Amino acid sequence: MANTVHIDVVSAEASIFSGEAEFVVAPASAGEVGIYPHHAPMVTSIKPGALRIKLPDTAEETLIFISGGLLEVQPGLITVLADTAVRGHDLDEAKAIAAKVAAEEAMKNRTSDIDYAKAQAELSEALAQIQAIERLRKTTH
Amino acid sequence: MAGSKEIRTKIKSVENTRKITKAMEMVAASKMRKAQDRMRASRPYAEKIRNVAAHLSFANPEYKHPYLVKRDVVKNVGLIVVSSDKGLCGGLNTNMLRLSVNQMKNWETEGKAISVSAIGNKGFSFMNRVGADVKSHVTGLGDVPHLETLIGTIKVMLDAYEAGEIDQLYICYTKFINTMKQEPVMQQLLPLSGEQLGSPKGHWDYIYEPEAKPVVDQLMTRYIESLVYNAVAENMASEQSSRMVAMKSASDNAKEVIGDLKLIYNKARQAAITKEISEIVGGAAAVA
Repeated sequence: MANTVHIDVVSAEASIFSGEAEFVVAPASAGEVGIYPHHAPMVTSIKPGALRIKLPDTAEETLIFISGGLLEVQPGLITVLADTAVRGHDLDEAKAIAAKVAAEEAMKNRTSDIDYAKAQAELSEALAQIQAIERLRKTTH
Repeated sequence: MAGSKEIRTKIKSVENTRKITKAMEMVAASKMRKAQDRMRASRPYAEKIRNVAAHLSFANPEYKHPYLVKRDVVKNVGLIVVSSDKGLCGGLNTNMLRLSVNQMKNWETEGKAISVSAIGNKGFSFMNRVGADVKSHVTGLGDVPHLETLIGTIKVMLDAYEAGEIDQLYICYTKFINTMKQEPVMQQLLPLSGEQLGSPKGHWDYIYEPEAKPVVDQLMTRYIESLVYNAVAENMASEQSSRMVAMKSASDNAKEVIGDLKLIYNKARQAAITKEISEIVGGAAAVA
């Protein structure tokens, strides 16, 4: 049997690749890393780039482009946790600020302040209505 | 025949309503299938990242991440509320918001301050209406949830946790059990507990490349994001199936109403005909 290692490439939204590999090259943040089977346990972040997977019994390598993420290595298993979007500290920060500003603005436009008790009353009223309609429906048929 | 025209118009209008609810039911059914697929597609990532996070929490690395450290005094609580953007989906949002409000009330009586982050339009407008402190929100997610659109909202909460503005972070969403059953759940995101992660098989520490801190930071952020993404994906599947069921019962009800109206209409018509015949017969008898 060929000396291989199992590799899973997954992103939060989909599973991208799963299979056996002879050799894997990943664009780690500190430089490219090549991993053979039985590598020591390792965790590293990876930057956007191409992941090269050498499959057994073929001369060609499978190329998968990933926009960064994390690479976890165990002796018999390689896991690539790919990001679905290009990430960066500044980019994330900008998104957080945008979300905050939007919320603050919406808060300013708020017209009335209702406390929890009132909200709950509203909720239970709506529920009672639904129940009443259901009961009515049952009795009419 | 005075009432029959009115009844006919009424039947027409109920039929039109039924056409709409029927169409919405079918749209929701096809969207539900896709939403369920997406929910399943996000599972491998969540499982893998949980395994790695479990290893890290047990591996005692030289750096302990704040997300793993339990705080002794909990004064401020953060809550992420996941709801749908659109209505007409049965009691989905109502049930989830009721759970949130009950929990928030408990926290308030315990003297804890609450900040809220809203995902989805319904939860956002509700939280705004009740006067909750909404720190961030994202609405208009569409039918396909994208992690990219959630990053900002999640980061606001994670930053608040790291800065000590909140001591616990919860998420409230509707869990998809099956097509007929969805359940609102409240789940603790931060701090991460060991039981939640599960214990890893075997003990080892990793080689961290380039060093532990940034890698663990990134991993923990991704882990929380994946949990939130999962909740959103699950909430969407719940939304579509809940809508499908709600629209199905609306269509069924409309069908019943149409049946009843048709019966009344036919009775009225029959009565009119009978009346006419008896008039003719009566008239003929008078002439003869």
